[in-house]
Amino acid sequence: MTTPAALTATALGKRYRGHWGLRDCSLEIPAGRISALVGPNGAGKTTLLHLATGLLAPTAGTIETLGRTPGEDPDLLPRIGFMAQDVPLYRSFRVREMLEFGRRTNPGRWDAELAQGRMDRASIDLDQRAGTLSGGQRAQVALALALAKRPELLLLDEPLAALDPLARREFLKALMEGAVDGEVTVVLSSHLLTDLERVCDHLVVLSGGRTQVAGDIEGLLEAHRVLTGPRRDVDRIEGVAAVVQQATTDRQSTLLVRTDGPIIDPAWSVHRVDLEELVLGYLGQPNATALPAPRLARTGAEVSR
Amino acid sequence: MIQFRLDRRLGVSTYLQIVHQVRHAVRLGILRPGDQLPTVKEVVGSLAINPNTVQKAYRELEHDGLVEGRPGLGTFVAPTAGGPPPSSHALLRRSLERWLRGAFDAGLDAEDVRALFETSMHDLQKEGVA
Repeated sequence: MTTPAALTATALGKRYRGHWGLRDCSLEIPAGRISALVGPNGAGKTTLLHLATGLLAPTAGTIETLGRTPGEDPDLLPRIGFMAQDVPLYRSFRVREMLEFGRRTNPGRWDAELAQGRMDRASIDLDQRAGTLSGGQRAQVALALALAKRPELLLLDEPLAALDPLARREFLKALMEGAVDGEVTVVLSSHLLTDLERVCDHLVVLSGGRTQVAGDIEGLLEAHRVLTGPRRDVDRIEGVAAVVQQATTDRQSTLLVRTDGPIIDPAWSVHRVDLEELVLGYLGQPNATALPAPRLARTGAEVSR
Repeated sequence: MIQFRLDRRLGVSTYLQIVHQVRHAVRLGILRPGDQLPTVKEVVGSLAINPNTVQKAYRELEHDGLVEGRPGLGTFVAPTAGGPPPSSHALLRRSLERWLRGAFDAGLDAEDVRALFETSMHDLQKEGVA
């Protein structure tokens, strides 16, 4: 059985007036995953999400969302949930009216019970106006609106940035419950790597408008190690496929490496990496990449949820 | 019902922490045969973690025979699950006492012994043995 990708970009580019927001970007996000989209500000994360919804049109290359071309296919939008960076809600609308708006604009898909349930769990009064909601409550309402249309793909642009730690945790709990309920692919952009490590199982690192790292998080963490040892020439180390980053003092070398086998040389102490070390290691070396090998035919990916 | 907690400082993956906590609870009798584990939705709703992580932990526990999934109902502690028999407890304790005497004879103090224990435990946990 093959699972089609939820999002496929091929040599995708978007040119703004004077510069490229995204350039020669190729990636694939398999269906059913919860994917972390990370990268420095200006790396093209928002541009990529807007291209995926059809809010922007590509200047170069192609993008496919749920097997369709965004912007060309009117049937696509109802299948996508999108939460924009600043969580725009009509300030004078009551929560009840926003849910009603969601119901009317998503005929046949709207899950009123889910929306109501989310509001109950977050203790949000339906008569409250959007303008009086806290940041955390606004995010909960926006997430409920996005989940209640039962999307197949949920795109969240920096949903955590404006939230305090407690509101962030509550938001992620709600998002994970939503992911259990619906068979939904989630793409979540954020700078908060420790939060992302908890909730995501797939990673895309964008840097300078290109894809720098893409793949299964567990696989990526398993394939990378930090080596420390006495300073010496590191041209060839058994078990190392590539040195991503190295730091040396006059006595010691510390290397972030991608492995292709066990590191057997006892001179090196071998340490596991967490998501933060991995991402920062690559972002510090913009020319290093970890990308899946190009595939001749799309084989789909292992998905179990 | 038990509630899981995560300790990021352990350096042990999330799914292994869940596996360890279920094993521990069964060993201590906090979970008994027939008890239900929290559903995947309950776990992700309390810890804010990826559902696949919980499923992976439950699959491993199921593979070990400690729990069993009942389709549509949930995951339950297996009838055969339980801690090691008391006889092996006594045996292990005797050999531990022997080891401790050896350590003290060699000049270690209680703090050295604890540090040594913690280090070895940590290494074994990293290997996924403990």
